[in-house]
Amino acid sequence: MILFRQRPALVISAGICILLICIALIAPWLAPYDPTAGNLLDRLMPPFWQEGGSLQYLLGTDVLGRDILSRLLYGARISLAVCLISIAIAAVIGSTLGIIAGYMGGWVESIIMRLVDIAVSLPAILLALLFGVLFGPSFSNIIIIIGFLLWSQFARMARGETLKVKQNDYIDLARTAGCSSLDIMFRHVLPNVAASLIILATLQVGTVIIIEASLSFLGVGVPPPTAAWGSMIAEGRSYVISAWWIAMFPGMAIMFTVIAANVLGDELTDLINPALRNEIGI
Amino acid sequence: MTGYLIKRLVELMVALLIMSLLVFSLARLTGDPVALLLSDYATEEERTTLTQQLGLDKPLTEQYVIFITAALQGDFGNSISGNQQPAMELVLERLPASLMLASAAMIISLLAGVPMGVIAAARRGSKTDILIRVFTLLGQSIPVFWLGMVFIYFFSVQLGWLPTSGYGSLVHLILPATSMALFTIAAITRLTRVSMIDALSSEYIKLARIKGLPERVIIWKHALRNSLIPLVTYMGTFFAMMITGAVVVETVFSWPGIGRLAYQSILDRDFPVMQAVVLTTTVLFMLANFAVDLVYVWIDPRIER
Repeated sequence: MILFRQRPALVISAGICILLICIALIAPWLAPYDPTAGNLLDRLMPPFWQEGGSLQYLLGTDVLGRDILSRLLYGARISLAVCLISIAIAAVIGSTLGIIAGYMGGWVESIIMRLVDIAVSLPAILLALLFGVLFGPSFSNIIIIIGFLLWSQFARMARGETLKVKQNDYIDLARTAGCSSLDIMFRHVLPNVAASLIILATLQVGTVIIIEASLSFLGVGVPPPTAAWGSMIAEGRSYVISAWWIAMFPGMAIMFTVIAANVLGDELTDLINPALRNEIGI
Repeated sequence: MTGYLIKRLVELMVALLIMSLLVFSLARLTGDPVALLLSDYATEEERTTLTQQLGLDKPLTEQYVIFITAALQGDFGNSISGNQQPAMELVLERLPASLMLASAAMIISLLAGVPMGVIAAARRGSKTDILIRVFTLLGQSIPVFWLGMVFIYFFSVQLGWLPTSGYGSLVHLILPATSMALFTIAAITRLTRVSMIDALSSEYIKLARIKGLPERVIIWKHALRNSLIPLVTYMGTFFAMMITGAVVVETVFSWPGIGRLAYQSILDRDFPVMQAVVLTTTVLFMLANFAVDLVYVWIDPRIER
């Protein structure tokens, strides 16, 4: 309650995020229809409040007669899974390299940080498109692509935070007590930089949802007929004039989810470590 | 300072080399262009001739050396689809449209983003600030390609004010440039706001206030000038956003730029065009990044890193 009075935006956005995760988890029980099987007799039905719509299909149907609502609910699962797995991969790889760079210093640091600089200088979308086409559109490939696009940010932040933590006396003490470098890095440094890394991960949720949707829109995301928000928009593109609802609802779902995730990320930054704001910049 | 620039230059060259290797090897691995070009009924002889013509029968290392020497002279071979134009010619033909769109979007972003960030920071906590923050939140949360379609639906289909797609006049530029700019406006606004808040609480601003300078001069001259430095550092990131925006927005609005060319060539497995587009874009991107580094070192000579 106190938290709610002090930071209503934090509580509300966290609540919405939890709700969205729950929806994604129980989508099979919530969805009224099979998201991939359409009824061709009910093609292009408008949402229920429009003329010609019916309560049978609350948000209408697409060109193959598939229920938009069911596809949206199942699409949430894809977005959630892509977010969790790709950010986890990027965080583990990036943070490990970043902590090693920050702690070891010297040539190890130079090599890792040069790699980071180079990774940042690659035009991400072209890389993603090339990879998507090479390995074919699939769920695991999109996770690898997005994970690859994100690791460098974790590495930068982990290194920066490690450099700060390293100056503390307890690190010197641990070393004098005979702890190995590996021990110090993962028992003493990691817990102290974890908060910042978790904030960065939260801040990236919105970005990942948008990247995933963009790649699906361009046809290199999760392949059809699986319901993903980005590919639903792509499918609705040719029907913007005659059947606006096909593309409109998934877009709104993306927008709503990303807003909730972004507000949560911002609020967590303010709450836990406001100084990070300058480091992350945008 | 020179050391820093040399280091950056080397990094960019390595990035370019990686891109060229990737482009080269990826293009060879994404299925067989010979099978794509010829019909299923083509004879074995026709296949071999075409394979030789495209140089696909040589060892990969040799293919790369041939590729890179030719690429350095701007020769990427002919497009293997359509009327078989030289790939580089296609890219150069499409480049002006993309540059026009990107610069229009960049100008809109700066003209809208910087003042909004300054105003939000100057009136921190006010209704205007909240409104601007809500706007930036929206700007960073709406997928650009979807926004483009919403724009088309409202402004072109419903209201009939602007053309749905096409290229040529200033009217055609409005919708794509605005959709592309929205994300960067939000990013620039946020960045300017944060660094302005920092600047406004610094000692030299207090001094300026004590001196009795008008608030307008303090905000728009003294504080803003120092807040622009972080903006310059992020220019590289903004260029990356622009390239991403170009691919997506050009696809939505059928804009004849290199973004759509990249997308199309990848779909068609048109190796020469794909290579030409990706490498040209990468070179432009690296040049932009290096220019940013130069400007950065020039405005803030303390940079050594």
